[in-house]
Amino acid sequence: MTAQTINGWLRRLPAWPVYIMGAAWAGWLFWLAASGQLGAEPINRLEREYGQVAIKLIVLGLAVTPLRNLTKVSLLKFRRAIGVTAFGFVLAHFLVWVLLDVQSFARVWEEIVRRPYVTVGFAAFLLLIPLAVTSNNLSLRRLGAANWRRLHWLVYPAAILGGVHYLWIAKVLELEPLLWMAAILGLLALRINWAGVRQQLRFGQGQGDSPNRQDS
Amino acid sequence: MAYRWTNRLTRADATPRAMWMNRRALMAGTGALGLSALAGTARAEGMEPTSLEDISTYNNYYEFGTGKDDPARYASGMVTQPWTIKVDGLVDNPGDYALADLIDGLTVEERIYRFRCVEAWSMVVPWNGIELADVLNRVGVQSGARYVAFETDVQPEVMPGVQRRVIPFPYVEGLRIDEAMHPLTLLATGIWGQPMFNQNGAPIRVVVPWKYGFKSIKSIVRITLQEEMPPTTWNLLNAGEYGFYSNVNPTVDHPRWSQATDRPIGGGLFAGRVDTPMFNGYESEVASLYEGMDLRANY
Repeated sequence: MTAQTINGWLRRLPAWPVYIMGAAWAGWLFWLAASGQLGAEPINRLEREYGQVAIKLIVLGLAVTPLRNLTKVSLLKFRRAIGVTAFGFVLAHFLVWVLLDVQSFARVWEEIVRRPYVTVGFAAFLLLIPLAVTSNNLSLRRLGAANWRRLHWLVYPAAILGGVHYLWIAKVLELEPLLWMAAILGLLALRINWAGVRQQLRFGQGQGDSPNRQDS
Repeated sequence: MAYRWTNRLTRADATPRAMWMNRRALMAGTGALGLSALAGTARAEGMEPTSLEDISTYNNYYEFGTGKDDPARYASGMVTQPWTIKVDGLVDNPGDYALADLIDGLTVEERIYRFRCVEAWSMVVPWNGIELADVLNRVGVQSGARYVAFETDVQPEVMPGVQRRVIPFPYVEGLRIDEAMHPLTLLATGIWGQPMFNQNGAPIRVVVPWKYGFKSIKSIVRITLQEEMPPTTWNLLNAGEYGFYSNVNPTVDHPRWSQATDRPIGGGLFAGRVDTPMFNGYESEVASLYEGMDLRANY
């Protein structure tokens, strides 16, 4: 089966079901938690479930370009829906934490300021807000493709901060957050134009093409 | 030396056990059965026992894995009979004791204690156990002994967490001798009137209700009386986050999270947090043990 055939099928699929599935999954998890089916500590569990789905969707979104480069299979059409759905889960994660877990805005702020793992998680959330807001054709036109792309470069630091946030919560280094962090770093490494980096190092040129230029 | 502490709330005062078994049933049934006043008192004191289901399925027992449901899933393979406890160090009668011999004839009481995990969740557990002091007196503590060290069993073939070496094993813990002899300190052998479940530390575990849960070491196979402060597992792993004392203290935060509040297990999705009391609510009983000590430095 060639990449072309797969791409042909993918072209016929609409992207909107991604939003529906995301919303349905979030609602299903909430219902499980509310009806006592997410274990003994549903607040913490729901918080974690939403955060973990968000990380997985961000990794999926980051995988679109390398997948196309390596296999020619293009999920580009679905990337916006994946990204916006990921943001939806980040928002849900944040809201569960604020409204159901901490339940006090003063304490929420104190946690953001005083707990480094909360600080990095909140920073990732902030970085993703402008991306979610500009995930529409009108913003793309208004900003122009180059500016829009530059702005959406923020997903890289946001992904790293999200991975750190996930790793940092555990009492000991745990395998699953480590694997997701490795996936994030690996997918970012695939975007770097290593030949260009080597050349720049060799010739000591500070400027030149951004290593991410090839990605759009 | 049993009966040195009286429950502030006993099961007899409160709700029939069948009701306790299912918290949701309790919530639904309180009004109808006219028990709301009692339940209210229980809640106010933070002393409403957690359901047996939650107590036995939400555990930290890293020998079986780091997930909260790992212990319930994997602990059934653990062998708890026969059970031998080595008692050594500064004692008059050292030796390898069969569990039954060590506790035979001692009074088993029910103690309903708040249990506060360092991860900021809490339960109320109706333990069945004997005072640790009774066992220590039986083996005869020598005058030079200032600390008690404990060790958890290691059964690698049935413990996935041990196979994966998630932390160094055996798990070790310790108490100062006055903490160990305190009337609140238990060697628990049951919960809710049933023999201890493997995932909760069968057949016998320590319970120190005014300290974070990880001090209450499970499935003990060794008790050593000694002069020096013993090493403790979480302190060895991360001394900056886990001290030897690890008393529950809402004013001294864990470096990564607040200890001012906790989430009572069993409250459901909308229950929120409650304030964590000093020494987990046992301040009047234990504050004198730490008089003059800087609890911020000795966390």
